[in-house]
Amino acid sequence: MPDNSYVYAVARIRSLEMGLFGESTIEQLMACKTAENCMAFLSEHGWEVPANPTDAESMLKREQERTWETIRELKVDMSVFDILSYQQLYHNLKAAIKEICVGSVDANIFFPDCAVSKEDMLHAIQEKDYSILPEHMREAAKYALETMLQTRDGQLCDIIVDHAALMAIHEKGKHAKLEVLRRYAESVVSVADIKIAVRGAKTGKNRLFLERALAPCDSLDLEKLTTAALMGTEAVCTYLTECGFAEAVEALKESNSLFERWCDNQIIHAIQPQKYNSFTAGPLIAYVLARENEIKTVRIILTGKQNQLPEAFIRERIRDMYV
Amino acid sequence: MNGMVWALLGAVTAAALAGIGSAYGVGVAGQAAAGVVTEDPSKFAKVLLLQLLPGTQGIYGLLVAFITLSQIGLLGGSMAELSLGTGLMIFCACLPIGIVGLISAMYQGKTSVASIGIVAKKPEQFGKAMLFPAMVETYAILALLVSILAVTSIPV
Repeated sequence: MPDNSYVYAVARIRSLEMGLFGESTIEQLMACKTAENCMAFLSEHGWEVPANPTDAESMLKREQERTWETIRELKVDMSVFDILSYQQLYHNLKAAIKEICVGSVDANIFFPDCAVSKEDMLHAIQEKDYSILPEHMREAAKYALETMLQTRDGQLCDIIVDHAALMAIHEKGKHAKLEVLRRYAESVVSVADIKIAVRGAKTGKNRLFLERALAPCDSLDLEKLTTAALMGTEAVCTYLTECGFAEAVEALKESNSLFERWCDNQIIHAIQPQKYNSFTAGPLIAYVLARENEIKTVRIILTGKQNQLPEAFIRERIRDMYV
Repeated sequence: MNGMVWALLGAVTAAALAGIGSAYGVGVAGQAAAGVVTEDPSKFAKVLLLQLLPGTQGIYGLLVAFITLSQIGLLGGSMAELSLGTGLMIFCACLPIGIVGLISAMYQGKTSVASIGIVAKKPEQFGKAMLFPAMVETYAILALLVSILAVTSIPV
């Protein structure tokens, strides 16, 4: 008998997608003159206004919480969402290593609601008890901690952990049954590799750095990308164009913000087919990613309005919407 | 087995297989309908109609079973004397609605789920959304016609 365990959840998500912001809603938000007007507009569209009506960050945080509350209400297998939190989980690992090695860091630097709590993460690093951590991050945690203790090189530690995060996403995506997860993993890793190569080329990083940082993906040949990054930005652009990333090159040539926007849009493009899927967890994952994208775009607009930045400056950073 | 057993088995097959298909189809469409109504109760009537569409195969199976039982005299209380060949012919005549009913109801249920997705996002497109699962009905009706014509044409 076919698996229909997501039919109810997907139908609910289809209704909830009606509340997602499309391009026209984002245009209306852009038309608001001040950040306060934006907050009022968001409130009219069902966003919860915090106790302090000017506290935009609380509003955005609450919306993120609401997304996960909705997903938890659906009573589906939450393990399909694990891959989405890998970057946050590995970020927490970096924070824990630095807190243990360097001393206390800002308490707010840890992402909440991860598979491993802040306390467990700190305990694992303090006691070198990696069994608390998920299997995919144990080796990286041990290696990064040893490197940090021996070299005190925070950047090297970051590279090790970030590379491990990309490897974990790539592995999880490669073995995922859901197409959306495979596409998500491929997008995340390929975009991260492109960013590393571009930044490496701009800052003149050596081969060792690039080999440590780049993670394998299907869209890119790492050897060719490394060689191009060592030759310079122009060579990276030529290689990316050959690999079908001409849009990334165009964006990169325009400005860094357009390039960042292209990077985020890749994820949204990867989840588009989920609009027409009714039977798997794909639309649920797409909804979570679409909400994150929506919240990020609203944050960009609110920050721009709060700082009275020119409209063109804000508009350049607005991400594509899922609906 | 004598002819009566085969004929009865045919009636049971028609009702059971088509009924199983409809139960699955209505069930899966019902899950999707419940999901939409959870968020927007105003769409209840529209999604209910879409949920009911895969239920027709069960009715067709029941209809063929009744006709068969009537043909062989089980309903009237005067059982006909059936040869093995006649019984097997009646059994075969019942198979189209049994098999096609089972499969078409399951697929119609899935199509209804997809159409419920349309109604969730674009309720004004309800008419078009109805057409997609209704197309699957065609094949159940064809199978029903074949089964009825065959069952009623077999001399008892």
